[in-house]
This record gives sequence, C-alpha cells and structure tokens, in this order.
Amino acid sequence: MSGSGKRPVAPEAYIIDPVGPQGSVGGKGQAATASAGDAAPGVVRHDVEAVNAKDNRELYAARVKVHPKRVRGTFRNLKWAMMIVALGIYYLLPWLRWDRGPSLPDQAFLMDFANQRLFFGPLEIWAQEFYYVTGILVVSALGLFLVTALAGRVWCGYACPQTVWTDLFVSVERFIQGDRNARLRLEKAPWTFDKAWKISVTHAIWLLISLATGGALVFYFRDAPTLAGEFVSGTAPYIAYVFLGVFTLSTYLLGGLAREQVCIYMCPWPRIQGAMFDDHSLLVSYRAYRGEPRGPHKKGDTWEGRGDCIDCKQCVVVCPMGIDIRDGPQLECIQCALCIDACNEIMTKVGRPANLIAYDTVHRLESKGRGEEAKLHLVRPRTLLYMVLIPIVLALMTYGWLNRSELDVSVLRDRNPLFVKLSDGGVRNGYTIKILNKRHETRRFAISLEGPLEGVTPAMEIIGLEGGEPVAEVVPDNLRALRVFISVPREALARLQDDTSAITFVVRDLGDGNETRRETTFRSPTR
Amino acid sequence: MSDRKHVDEVTGIETTGHVWDDDLRELNKPLPKWWVYVLYASILWSIGYWIVYPAWPLATDYTRGIWGYSQRQVVADQVAAAKAAQGDLRKAIGEAELSAIKSDQRLLNFAMAGGNAAFGDNCAPCHGRGAQGFKGYPNLNDDDWIWGGTLDEIHATIAHGIRNSDENSRQNAMPRFGLDQILTREEINDVTSHVIALSGGTADAASAGRGETIYADQCASCHGEKGEGSRELGAPRLNDAIWLYGDAREDIVQSIVTGRGGVMPAWNTRLDDVTVKQLAIYVHSLGGGE
Repeated sequence: MSGSGKRPVAPEAYIIDPVGPQGSVGGKGQAATASAGDAAPGVVRHDVEAVNAKDNRELYAARVKVHPKRVRGTFRNLKWAMMIVALGIYYLLPWLRWDRGPSLPDQAFLMDFANQRLFFGPLEIWAQEFYYVTGILVVSALGLFLVTALAGRVWCGYACPQTVWTDLFVSVERFIQGDRNARLRLEKAPWTFDKAWKISVTHAIWLLISLATGGALVFYFRDAPTLAGEFVSGTAPYIAYVFLGVFTLSTYLLGGLAREQVCIYMCPWPRIQGAMFDDHSLLVSYRAYRGEPRGPHKKGDTWEGRGDCIDCKQCVVVCPMGIDIRDGPQLECIQCALCIDACNEIMTKVGRPANLIAYDTVHRLESKGRGEEAKLHLVRPRTLLYMVLIPIVLALMTYGWLNRSELDVSVLRDRNPLFVKLSDGGVRNGYTIKILNKRHETRRFAISLEGPLEGVTPAMEIIGLEGGEPVAEVVPDNLRALRVFISVPREALARLQDDTSAITFVVRDLGDGNETRRETTFRSPTR
Repeated sequence: MSDRKHVDEVTGIETTGHVWDDDLRELNKPLPKWWVYVLYASILWSIGYWIVYPAWPLATDYTRGIWGYSQRQVVADQVAAAKAAQGDLRKAIGEAELSAIKSDQRLLNFAMAGGNAAFGDNCAPCHGRGAQGFKGYPNLNDDDWIWGGTLDEIHATIAHGIRNSDENSRQNAMPRFGLDQILTREEINDVTSHVIALSGGTADAASAGRGETIYADQCASCHGEKGEGSRELGAPRLNDAIWLYGDAREDIVQSIVTGRGGVMPAWNTRLDDVTVKQLAIYVHSLGGGE
C-alpha cells in the first residue's frame, strides 16, 4: 500500500529524491514519496517520528528499530577516521613487539596474568605496583571530564567502543542490504531467498567481526603469535576459547543487536554527563531561533516570516539513536553530529546558510534567542581545573615511576611462637626475609643486622646460607625467601631495654652498593 | 461475582470481579506472561531435579536419583585425583632418604607443604600450631632434643611415638621417687636444689650440697653426672635452660615425686610413610633440627 494518502502533511511537501531508493512500502517510519513542488533538487522529506519524540514520550515504550540513513560530511568523515584509527590500534596493538631481553615476553602490550605483570611498551607494572593503573585511570577520567566540559559527549559520539562497533556493523548492514529505505522495505518484505541471504550474510559478517574483536582482546593476555597458532591448531588453553566466545558473543549482541539500547539503558555515562557539562559546553544543538517556525518549503516560496527548518527530518533519519535533535538536548543524544552533516547538506540545497544544527552552547543559544551575541567561554573554572589536574597527576606518576624501586625487601617476623628459648638460656626469633629482584639480571645481596641492641651482638643464622658469608643470590625477575634466625645469648638478654627491641635488617646490593633497610623487632620474655 | 467482565471506569482496566463493601473492586493486573511461564518452567525443572538427583529422605535411605550422582563420591574422586596428581612426588619421597629429600629443592618444597598440613591436622593439638609446645609437650622450635634432633631420630620419634604399645616405641620410665617412697620429702627437696643449681639457677647451697649425693646415687645414671642427659635413654638434659614441665621449684619437685613421662602416639599406624617423612622434614626445619 502507499502511505502517502494517510499522511497528515500536505502532499506538496513531498519531494522526489532523485538519487535515493524510490517508492515506499507504507506504514509509520517510511520515507519519501513523489509529489509536486520542490524545495530544492535532491531534498527528500521523511515521514518519521523520533523514537523518543518530545510530544510522545512513554515511560515503557517498546523498542523501535532504528535504521540510520547514510550521510556525508565533515563529521561523518571524522567518524570514519576515528573508526579506522581506533580499530587499527585495537587490532594491531597485540602484534607489536618490544625487545625486553631473553627472559621476558617480547610483546609490546601484554597483560601477563600468569606472571602477574603488565607490559605497556617500556613500562612494566608488577602486581604490587598495580596502583600505577589507578593513575592511568585517574588521568583517563580527568581527560573524559575535560572533553565533556568542552564539547559534551564527544567520547560517546566518536571514540566509545560501542559507537565504533555499532557504526561498523551498520555500515556492513548498509553494504549488504542497502540504505535506510531498502532496509525498511527488506524488514517489511516476506521471507524470500533474497531476504534470507541478505540477512544471513549480514549476521555472518557481524559474527566474523565479533570473532576478530574477541580474538584481538584475547591476544592482549597471551603472546599473540603463539596464541594465534594455538587457535589454528586447536591447542589453545581452554580459558582462551571461553573468553574468545564471551567477547565474540558480547560484541555481536551489543554492537550488532542491542546498539542504541546499550547507550540508553545500559551505560551510566549519559546519566553522569549532566553533571559534567554546563551552559558553556559545546553541544550538538538545533538553533531554534533560526529554524522556527519550521515547515515545508517549496522552491521559489519566500523565506520571509518563517524559519530555515523545512522539516525534512533528515536529522532524524540519519541519527543512529533515532532521536530528533530539534527536541533539544536529551539523554539519548550521543553527540555524534551526523545530524549536522545531514542538515548542512539540505541547507546547501535549499540555499540557506549552513549550521542550522551545530556545536553550540546553551548560553549562546539563549542569548541569540534574545537577539544578543554571546562569546564562547571554553576556559572556565571547571575546564581550567581539569587542565591543571591532568598534568599534576601525570607529573606525580612520572615522579613515582622514575623513583620506582627495582628491589623489594620485606621482613616478616614469626608470630607463632613469638620467640624460642634456647638450651643455653638465650632467646631466638625467626624471620622470613623476602627479596624481590625486578631487574633482568642476577643480583647478589649481603644481609646484615644493625642495632640498637646495646652492646649485644646477636648471632644470625640464615637457613640455606649456612657457613660462609650471608650473601644471597637472586635470579632475574624473581623472589627469594630466606629463613633467618637471630639469637641473643643469655648474658646479653639482661641488657635488652625491653621485651621488644628494635632491630634493622640491612640488605646491601653487592652490585651497586645500595642499601635497603627494614626495621623490625626482636621479642624476648618479659622479665 | 458476575459472568460479565467489569471494567473500571476511571482507568479503563478490567477488574477481577470481586466486590467488597458494595463498591470496592480490584483492578485485574495479571503477571506478565513471560513471568508466569518462567514459574511453570521452574516447577517442571524442580520435578526433573527430583528424578535425576538424590532428593527425598526416606526412613532408612533416600531417593538416589537416576544418574547415580553423589556429592560424597564427587569429593572422594577429587581427593583421589589430587592424590594421583601428586603421585610421582609422593613416590619419590617414599623412596628417597630423608637427607636426599632435604637437598632436592622440588621434593623439599612438597615435603614442607605436606608436612605443614599434616602437622596442623595431627600434631598441633599437643605441640601447638606454631610447634611452640606447652607444659609437658615439647617446643619443637628450640635446640633441645630429648630423643635426638637429626632427621632420622625425629623420623623415628614420629613413626613410633613415645611410651606407647608400639614395639619400636621410645621407652623409658623415671622412677616415682615420691609416690613410691624411694626418697623422703627432705631428700626430694635437697635434690631439687641441686638440679636447680645444675641448670644455673639459684638455690640454697647447703641443701644443694646434700642433694648432690642423692643425685649421684639416684639420678646420674640416666641424667648424667653433670646433668648432661642421655638421648639413648631419653633422659632430658638438666643443665640447660629448657624445662619440659616448667622451671619453677614446685614443677621440679612434682617431676621427681611423680616421675612424669608423657605419651606420644605411634604415627606410622595412623599416617602413611610418605606423610611421616614429610612431617620429619617439616619438624626438622622448624629451627631446632640437628
């Protein structure tokens, strides 16, 4: 059936799209029928309602499937570029090599959980240094706050994995099934061979992309070439297959099937963002002061007494979230600016100035509405704070990193028993000294003891180093635990100040002479 | 109740048909269909569960299910599997000399871990979790060994125990000098003074002097003339600072009066050879091994 007769809008408002797919299959959400009178060549009017239209918002609305239309323009190109860069980095990163010497993995980016270490190029983070990751997260969060304060949810629109993969999946869909109108027709069409193969090929390609995505993620956790070989030969660890499956399925579900539902219902960021930007943040905005009153426009009609918006709804059909930006800022808007591209194309065709929809601030829009000009205020206390905090955190991290110790020494005192009385009347305490050598070479450490046991020379016995010097050799990237007994003879016990005396273990690196001190106590019976 | 469906005028929603107090009605808001079906599916699932798995207790038995599943069996299988996984290490420990185990890092680690676990299960009740001992139960961390502190001697003590019915058990008995009236109260008092003096403590010189003769007659044959003890006889050293039953005067008096003599089980009747070996290695490592 043809839906044109039932539409509430006057027929002369409909314009043929000479390049797009012709005809209509009717029903709500359909597009473009022929009619008399052109606004401009190539301008198509869509009969579509935003999924969350301002006048018709329901608390519990069933999902309306969104079929974004193709769009060309600056922001679309920017999105393509971002997609190529982001996916390129993601897929290729595990394959970069980094020579760390013979005993360590040579993968540039590796989360080596088996050996409890993270490798990020020259950085090497051991399990007990995981707080560096906190620093990275803090900087990332501040960066996100900064760009959000400056330009709204640009992260969501361009860089978020959900956006990137959804965009990729939609372009696959478009490549196989055609653009919006063709996809709508296909959705309504009865099941034929043509429909079946198009749908199955689309899903097959989605699954292949998901498999590559899940595969790439698994490669971050194990030597990529080895694991790839293991996958081919079927000898990869069981857990690798599990995670490959999990990541593949989640990419397919989230990017391919759930799409905008993830942003609206699953992601917390839309709800937090309200606190992250303000009246001076650049947001994708419809300039109502210029566009209203809106209405269809025929070529040759005057533009006097009306707005520039010809209500063609291009901005709605290109939106991957299926919303109408003209309804104002809303939670669903991911600020991808595709509506700006779409509207600019129309404005050019109808001969009106571009940027009816543009990145603008609420403050400027309000001023314009009152007929005033307002400046951009990108430097504000909020943005200044973020811009100051980021270098501070980075500086702290760099300082911490440069002063990072390549040696960890810990001393654990036996607690059960606290001390042992010896047959000669002396008292012995047991300790475990753990020496962690983070260098990639074998190091030798001399272990000695320092007062203040006044005038008392405790005897030190190190299990495993009996006889000879108390020198322990620790192999590269490894930890050595030593059992150490400290004994104070009976005649010296009386000279101890208290039943708890401070003593200090000194671990001296025989290579560079650096000394590491660890204070602990020596316990003896209460006298 | 009426057969006709009543619809609430205000909300336009059907009511349940129940009426209270002439005009109170309840809107009919049934559960979502999917929810109801999930409930039915859960019921069916539980019935299947009863059939498949052990479920119902009976008077003397229980329904065993058709899959023959048993949690006890699963645990038993897992324990057996874990034992099997340790098989080669356990075999190596079973065959190796104690000293060889100590010098092999791999066997040593396994023996230490196994010994630690077995110690916690079997020895800790008497000797303490840290092997620190209690009155009458020796501290295993110190450097004093009544029956000897080498690996083999410790192993023999653990395997056969002390003063029990095992034929290889460590056996000795100190006379009950007081209870059997071998010595008088005064004599016991004097010999106690001498023993305190032997270990470097302070005691009345006259009393200790009198006690020296009694000691030479009654005690020196086992504990040695200078109180140096005898490991062959299991007679503790008396000239050191370690006292199994306490170093207070009354503790020593009581030891002489009653003869003391604690009992330790023969662990080779309760634990397998490998575990006993692991225990010997572990106890030896505690700090007092010779």
